[in-house]
Amino acid sequence: MDFATFLWTTFGVFVTLSIFSFLYKDNPFYKFAEHLVVGVSAGYFVIILWHNGLKPNLFARLADGDWFFLWLNSTQPWYLIPAILGALMWTRFSKDYSWVSRYPMAMYIGIATGIAIPLEMANRINKQLYATMQLIQVDTTDLYGYIFGYGGFNLIDISTGISKAIIFVGVMTGLVYFFFSKAHTGWFGRMAKVGIWTLMIGFGASFGFTVMARISLFIQRIQDVDHWGNLAWNVNNDISDYHIGYLLVFWLMMALVFGYILKEIVQHVKSKKAKIQTP
Amino acid sequence: MDVFEKLMKLDRRWVFLFLIVVCVASYYIDYKVPILPEDESRKVYDFIDSLPPGEIVFIAIDYDPNSMAELHPMTYAIVEHCWRKDLKIIFTALSQQGPGMADQVIRDLSDSMVLDRSYHSVEYKGREIVNGVDYAFLGYKPYYALVILGMGQDFRLPFPADYYGTAIDSLPMMQGVINYDQVACVLSLSSGTISDAWISYGQGRFGFPLFFGLTGVMTAQYYPFYGSGQVRGMMGGMLGAAQYESYADNPGRAMEAMKVQLPAHLVIILFIIMGNIGFFASRSKRKRGEVS
Repeated sequence: MDFATFLWTTFGVFVTLSIFSFLYKDNPFYKFAEHLVVGVSAGYFVIILWHNGLKPNLFARLADGDWFFLWLNSTQPWYLIPAILGALMWTRFSKDYSWVSRYPMAMYIGIATGIAIPLEMANRINKQLYATMQLIQVDTTDLYGYIFGYGGFNLIDISTGISKAIIFVGVMTGLVYFFFSKAHTGWFGRMAKVGIWTLMIGFGASFGFTVMARISLFIQRIQDVDHWGNLAWNVNNDISDYHIGYLLVFWLMMALVFGYILKEIVQHVKSKKAKIQTP
Repeated sequence: MDVFEKLMKLDRRWVFLFLIVVCVASYYIDYKVPILPEDESRKVYDFIDSLPPGEIVFIAIDYDPNSMAELHPMTYAIVEHCWRKDLKIIFTALSQQGPGMADQVIRDLSDSMVLDRSYHSVEYKGREIVNGVDYAFLGYKPYYALVILGMGQDFRLPFPADYYGTAIDSLPMMQGVINYDQVACVLSLSSGTISDAWISYGQGRFGFPLFFGLTGVMTAQYYPFYGSGQVRGMMGGMLGAAQYESYADNPGRAMEAMKVQLPAHLVIILFIIMGNIGFFASRSKRKRGEVS
């Protein structure tokens, strides 16, 4: 492993610790890491948009035309139309001509809506409606057969049927809860209450998954820091030439982070003491 | 101030500190957590495992580094499974920083695929993974909904050349591969709304078998699509990744992480219970008028 790889890995760990330091409170290390992420992401996006979007999809297609003829002699001159529409978007920065940007915007939204509405309707509404209103297929002959001794009993069939019934009841009561044109009293109110419980169970499931996701992010950071620690302490004995350099970087980083923590603790204790002394 | 009030006013930093200590300690303690199979993740594995050699799997790397903790282990496990089974892969990335993720997986696994390995007591001989023969990496294009629709007509519409600048038609494995009709399934490993686009503009429009690898935050909201059959199988969060690693008999980072997940979840549940006890106890005190 070369020194540069170790240095970048070390920097990664430093940025990780800087981000996590926000759990204690806002601080310059966190701000630095935050700004770095935002800056790098924005810069990266601009470059990737140019190389993967504008360059191959627009300029490469007009490239066989002469720039001095404004690419009108290109074999695909119609690509100038989206180019002009795109350029018109920039008029938003002018007070006098910002109205011009409404034309490309209207075209963009029109096309997007035209594509989206039929597909969204079919796939997110119709298919979900069919799935909710599926026939509850519980083969009761199995149950009778089990009781009277002439057939099999399939618990899975029954649980699937019960699941479908629960989904149907949950959806209907959930809709009742969001129906505000009628007061939530009597049987209607009781249905709305079941709806609230259904929603709460749904939110609970989402919360559980979210917790898992957050912990997962932390675990990955632990794994990375552990990997870096192995490198720093030369556990795999793969460092030969720059061993002193590695350890120097390691201890510098440690001194920086722990020095800051120490400073924070001292400040905290001082402020506590000051509070006690002031009546 | 009694214990319940103290519970209610517990500084969140103590919770963080306790959680950090538990996570780090459990990471270094050597023990194993059983991975229980689930129907939705099992279906992803079974489908890929049932494909005959030479079939093409379309894998969309639709995530950025901020969600690689959960989705990267899935990608490693699935791609290795595919290549060990002699399946071919078309990679795309519909999120901006996805190409870097895909590139890392391809490079790492191309190296490790050279080694012989045994999974479920079946030995797979090591071999060289060749670009254009075993996989095609088409790269990234902006506006994912349009890209998904475009690929339904012809992969060459949004991707005339692959990530490395080679014309798609000059890649041996892409000969005769026009659109989704020639792939066995689409597997999107996604950390955002791209999954919605795969459902509406992809599966809904072209009808291919769609599978998902999702971050934990997203998983709950995609169960309705799994229930309706629009999504044939899905893996949720790091648990989903661990399950796939477990099915494929290929332990990796996700299975290793489960031994931290378990105690971390227990700690959080403990704090939730403590918080609730504190809340209900202080509320009943207020009702009794003991606290103003």
